[in-house]
Amino acid sequence: MYIYDEYDQKIVDERVAQFRDQTQRFLAGQLGEAEYRTLRLMNGLYIQTHGPMLRVAIPYGLLSTKQLRMLAHIARKYDKGFGHFTTRQNIQYHWPKLETVPDILADLASVEMHAIQTSGNCIRNVTSDHLAGVCADELEDPRPYCEIIRQWSTFHPEFCYLPRKFKIAVTGAEKDRAATQVHDIGLHLHRNAQGEIGFEVLVGGGLGRTPIIGEVVRSFLPKKHLLSYLEAILRVYNRFGRRDNLYKSRIKILVKALGVEEFTRQVEEEWQAILETSPVNLELDEREITRIKAFFTPPAYEASAAADTSFTAQLQANASFKTWVKYNTVDHKVPGYRAVFVSLKAPGIPPGDMTAEQMDVAADLADRYSFGEVRITYNQNMLLADVKQADLFEVWQTLKANRLATPNIGTVTDLICCPGLDFCSLANARSQNVARQIDEVFDDLDYLYDLGEVQVKISGCMNACGHHHVGHIGLLGVEKKGEEWYQISLGGSADNQATLGEVLGPSVPIDEAAKAVKKILDVYVKQRLDGERFLDTYRRVGKEPFKEGVYASH
Amino acid sequence: MQVIKQGAIIEDAWQLVGLEDTLPEGDVIVPWARWKSERDSLLKRPGKRGVQINGDDDLDEVVADLAHFALIALEFPRYADGRCYSAARLLRDRYRYQGELRAVGDVLRDQLFYMQRCGIDSFQLRPGEDYQRALKAFQELSVKYQSAADRAQPIYRLR
Repeated sequence: MYIYDEYDQKIVDERVAQFRDQTQRFLAGQLGEAEYRTLRLMNGLYIQTHGPMLRVAIPYGLLSTKQLRMLAHIARKYDKGFGHFTTRQNIQYHWPKLETVPDILADLASVEMHAIQTSGNCIRNVTSDHLAGVCADELEDPRPYCEIIRQWSTFHPEFCYLPRKFKIAVTGAEKDRAATQVHDIGLHLHRNAQGEIGFEVLVGGGLGRTPIIGEVVRSFLPKKHLLSYLEAILRVYNRFGRRDNLYKSRIKILVKALGVEEFTRQVEEEWQAILETSPVNLELDEREITRIKAFFTPPAYEASAAADTSFTAQLQANASFKTWVKYNTVDHKVPGYRAVFVSLKAPGIPPGDMTAEQMDVAADLADRYSFGEVRITYNQNMLLADVKQADLFEVWQTLKANRLATPNIGTVTDLICCPGLDFCSLANARSQNVARQIDEVFDDLDYLYDLGEVQVKISGCMNACGHHHVGHIGLLGVEKKGEEWYQISLGGSADNQATLGEVLGPSVPIDEAAKAVKKILDVYVKQRLDGERFLDTYRRVGKEPFKEGVYASH
Repeated sequence: MQVIKQGAIIEDAWQLVGLEDTLPEGDVIVPWARWKSERDSLLKRPGKRGVQINGDDDLDEVVADLAHFALIALEFPRYADGRCYSAARLLRDRYRYQGELRAVGDVLRDQLFYMQRCGIDSFQLRPGEDYQRALKAFQELSVKYQSAADRAQPIYRLR
């Protein structure tokens, strides 16, 4: 993984000192509420229902065990002993005290971490594929480019006061596991007809009040032009994006208003002008790409890993282990290794939550069995990317003993859920309550396995932090006369063939949300063809049968 | 007017003049709309000329008249309105404007670092801001990853 040098370290250290000063000025009354708000937001600090919430950046989801242990330490020392991992691969602490935040940032800086630009109207944490570097369907590891973009975007002087927040995701595999089509910019590494590798550039995807799938503005961008092209897109957006209405300020609205052709023309014109006239050197040279790539070389895999026979024997001997392997591990490009999901979806626990003790356990496992690194996934789980098959049994036992082995990855209860009304002042409804109801209704594992792959995504309000638009089953919290209701949409997906879900019908009271999900899946079980996933059945038969299933009995 | 320039607090001879104000003697900065309507008479008067623009003004029109201005004041109506960061970079990088770029309006200490990096070289702070304290803002972050108007090379060339 990337390791800070003196420059990177100085940046985070100076940032801590700067924020300490800003916080002191605020607490001393020298800095107004509104001005401090902008500054704290650029350091990931929100003020929410119960007080401050701090969002810490985990660049493209990658953590060393030293960093993970520090996250555990922070959870214990400054919070209530746990943290919440998000769909953008970050961690949030929901209970820090404002005056301790500079100390938290100093602790983070000591392990090469920060909360820079995790909120505010600036370029946010760059996200990526959690299987980067280990999946077989990958053309090239996207993480070096994520790191290059991270450095370029950190305190970018021109783009810190954009019309609205700005999110970039990069992938290098055939399968899109990073929801790139619902990001402000999605970058896909791909090969052109001449055999060169570059980027396909998508712009204008996003969820929120106006969900939109991103559109291709350039089918092939040579790597050396990555930063100049990003500057061109951001400059057009910074100059012409709307600033009069919070809900119309994202780049997707500008792309829609201009039309993708006109938007693309403006970007290309700006880009050409940058290439021709800029005295500033934006060309990404091969030397720098090579330098950054050297941080992401494969670890020392053992050639003999596949020769192990104990794994097959344990699979035969232990049915629970076999089930866990089937659901919570995936193929690795190196024979004899598998990537292991650490499930953060145990029944009754808010999705993505992890205690400090669990973080320490995962760090120990990663040190012993997975080259000292873990990853956070878009789906709010953790991943041990490089585990030998011979070690899986021991890893499973330890995870199981710590409630981290719920064998539900990819099933109904591996759901995405925002913090909701319990924590967030924007929310209309509690969302983790619905997640709990779903855990209760779907507590039978055999039933879950029979239902197969179903992605449930829950947002407590229109801002769509739970990505409900792209859930196979999406649940959106709405408020009606002071009561919490849930609107249901079906058929969304953030995969390669990204689609936005369609609203099924009238919303249901919060207490009936999980029951409605059950009814939807009852219809699926009746309608499905052999081996057909829920999403495919929905796409084939349309919403009518599901509508009838949910509303007929009312 | 009082501004920060080259790391010091100074009082200079520039005067910001409104749309309707009587033109005083000396160096004046007029709103862009006034420049457009009184261009000929403004060109004839003695004293240095400056214009004030904001994100709504058409930068191409400004560029066509660039040679006439010793100073361009970039107005930040709200500190969160970041359009003039791009305007500054375009004026410096693309149109090679050599005159003074001055930030005016809702200009606060904590934005000065970014403004300077975009090529803005003088700063009139929002009324009530402490000029002395604001001087520190330029030194808070000494390492800059990316190239910008203040430095043509990214940090990685030093690595």
